[in-house]
Amino acid sequence: MMIQSKRLFLYLLPLALFVGLTLLLYSGLGKDPTELDSQLIGQKIPVFSKSLLFKPDAIITDKDIKGPALINIWGSWCPACYHEHPYFMELAKQKVVAIYGLNYKDGRAEALKFIQKLGNPYDQIIVDKNGRLGIDLGVYGAPETFVINHENRIVYRHVGVVNAQVWETLLKPRLTQQTKQLSDRE
Amino acid sequence: MIPEIGNLALSFALAIALIQFILPLVGIYANRWRWILIAGPATMVQFFFVFIAFLSLSWSFYVDDFSVQFVALHSYRSLPVAYKIAATWGGHEGALLLWIFMLSFWSLAVALFSNQLPSMTRARVLSILGGLAVGFLSFILFTSNPFDRILPDFPLDGRDLNPLLQDPGMVIHPPMLYMGYVGFSVAFAFAITALMEGRIDSLWARWVRPWTLAAWIFLTAGVALGSWWAYYELGWGGWWFWDPVENASFMPWLIGTSLLHSLAATEKRGVFKAWTVLLAIAAFSFSLLGTFLVRSGVLTSVHAFANDPVRGTYILAFLGVVVGSSLTLFAARASSVSVSGWFDWLSKELLLLLNNLLLTVAAVMILIGTLFPIFAEAFDWGKISVGPPYFNLIFTTLMTPLVFLVGLGPMVNWRQYSMAQLGRKSLVAAIVALSIGLLVTFFETQHVAMDQFKIFLGVFLSVWLTSLALSDLLTKSRGKSTAKFRKLSASYYGMHLAHIGLAFTVLGVVLTSHLSIEKNLRVGVNQQVSVAGYQFKFEGVSDFNGSNFDGIKGKFIVTNDGDFVAELQPEKRRYHASGQWMTEAAIDPALSRDIYVALGEQLPHSQDWAVRIYVKPFVRCIWFGALLMALGGTLAMSDKRYRKKVAAKFSPKTKSSSNSENISNNSAA
Repeated sequence: MMIQSKRLFLYLLPLALFVGLTLLLYSGLGKDPTELDSQLIGQKIPVFSKSLLFKPDAIITDKDIKGPALINIWGSWCPACYHEHPYFMELAKQKVVAIYGLNYKDGRAEALKFIQKLGNPYDQIIVDKNGRLGIDLGVYGAPETFVINHENRIVYRHVGVVNAQVWETLLKPRLTQQTKQLSDRE
Repeated sequence: MIPEIGNLALSFALAIALIQFILPLVGIYANRWRWILIAGPATMVQFFFVFIAFLSLSWSFYVDDFSVQFVALHSYRSLPVAYKIAATWGGHEGALLLWIFMLSFWSLAVALFSNQLPSMTRARVLSILGGLAVGFLSFILFTSNPFDRILPDFPLDGRDLNPLLQDPGMVIHPPMLYMGYVGFSVAFAFAITALMEGRIDSLWARWVRPWTLAAWIFLTAGVALGSWWAYYELGWGGWWFWDPVENASFMPWLIGTSLLHSLAATEKRGVFKAWTVLLAIAAFSFSLLGTFLVRSGVLTSVHAFANDPVRGTYILAFLGVVVGSSLTLFAARASSVSVSGWFDWLSKELLLLLNNLLLTVAAVMILIGTLFPIFAEAFDWGKISVGPPYFNLIFTTLMTPLVFLVGLGPMVNWRQYSMAQLGRKSLVAAIVALSIGLLVTFFETQHVAMDQFKIFLGVFLSVWLTSLALSDLLTKSRGKSTAKFRKLSASYYGMHLAHIGLAFTVLGVVLTSHLSIEKNLRVGVNQQVSVAGYQFKFEGVSDFNGSNFDGIKGKFIVTNDGDFVAELQPEKRRYHASGQWMTEAAIDPALSRDIYVALGEQLPHSQDWAVRIYVKPFVRCIWFGALLMALGGTLAMSDKRYRKKVAAKFSPKTKSSSNSENISNNSAA
């Protein structure tokens, strides 16, 4: 009898695991991972103090960020970042917006190699090695790009590659967006 | 008109699939012979309608019917014809139609080649496949119809296929991969049938093995093609990214491989029956789960398919019904089919069990890594994901013992084997592998100790595996009598070929990962640079035009100490419809190394270009190994015992009848 019930437990195990998995997946449905947590929209960028990629001794803080600007989350480990990088180079050439890079969970040597390889479109590159700032921003992965307005408030978050179309239709129109407009709309 | 025909054909296919699903099952229950017999014809008619639907969509692409929304979103007038056809599966709706087309194709194959099965078994298998078709056909008809029109104001030109997908890889990779994915539905249907009938024996395993092998061959080729495509088109020289969608195709492959080996034990020795059935259910469940992950929007990925919670909910519900009911059936019935056979701690059974354990654990760990963002979200750890470091660590740790054991598996006998004999037989291989491994490590001294250890381990394992396979082939084919030689089956040779393929893949992965040289240089016109012993002379750039893009082409002459090696022409293309720039690397391939050149940016105020030059040793071995695995699978499938008239042998009570045969014969895969 002992053996019988032990067996039955074993045979039920896959089903139990599957039910757990299904519940988990169900909880993930509808929560769009590409969507910004609503409480962050209209908020000031989080307080931080980080080192710069090119000057490891220098410190950059949230006060040094001057909106309106884009904050691009990237890492040399992220294949899609290689794709969007040439577009940021183009955008930087046009000099229409300040672009800050947030080097996310990366090694300094690899990050420098990436920039030497593909060019530097960023006004400053903030090093977020432990990912703490990324967590405060609610970063899910790389690449992601935040739009902040002249008050340094987050007005939009884009997950995935930035290209001409994304810039023209999603990012550019929001640069001038007032925080008031956002709260009115909500 | 044509899209309406397609739409109608899909609806008919759904109706027929309902008949194919319900009537035979009811017929078996109610003892109505005619209802049972309808399974075969219904399958064929269902295939016919799905085929019509698929042709209609391809035709709409071919004639640029931009009033069809799906065509307008994924095609472009001046797109080359091959890519127009391939664009049929270039988006969610079309890819789903390809899925369904493959499913009905496999069902048709079962209907055509299963005459030797008992008619009840055949009807059940076809009915279960019909049930799966019902699920997917209603999914496409109710949530993602590819034939939806934009009327009356349809666009004059389409939005173009994503430039990343405009590549020969797009024409062949998705069909291969889907053939593999969907192919596991046959093994699944057989597993459910076996649970319903309460009968799993070596005969059952012999029916399932060729179907599993066929699906596995396609999946192997599909995954390898995907990796190769990523390497030259998207990868910047990388060949695997542990992207959720890559993982979604790799997990079924791991489980499928596990299933193949467990089926061998079930066929030859009648053991691991419940486990085999569970794996057959799991392989297809992982395929379904992959579909869910790609299409539901719960994970972000570079394979950005349309994310839609309604679709996600539907697939999850479908997944829940199919897998949930299968596992319930398994829990209820598995104890009745399970028989414990006797085997010693050193035996082929035990090695196969270890193989299964390692492969399954690897698949589960990859699943955990892939779903980690969802776990983290559910348990409020914030939005975090695990990256390649996690996957690389876990995977290497699990694969190292696996590859070591793969070498021993074929030598060891069923039931029991002596340790002394094993040591004697593998001694030569161990010495050869150790010395070659040390030699290679000795000559690659510019690396840090950890890298050197990994290179040593990789070389050791692949030489170990290859030499054991070769020595086993030699001793067994040279055997004392010629009669024994003739006994060696196609599946035995197929197994060794596939194992040697694995050795090549391991070697390629390790050497490429640790010995690649990647340089990013500023190069002026007519300037020569030197990378890894090769000289690259840059002869400038020229403009050129493609049908739907224009671009710049660079020209490099590669020489090695004055000897001409290759002329490489990397490109940068700007696609008209999207304005997107794409970099097309130029590659000179060889088995021992790839030379990879890609154009970066033109440097401001000069004629100089930023250029990436990679020399990647043995990267081809990765895909060559996969090719050998697929060929090995094909060879094993050609084994004539799968085509033997089994009907004559068939008797309802064959429990563990297989013990008498094949014990001395080591020809299991």
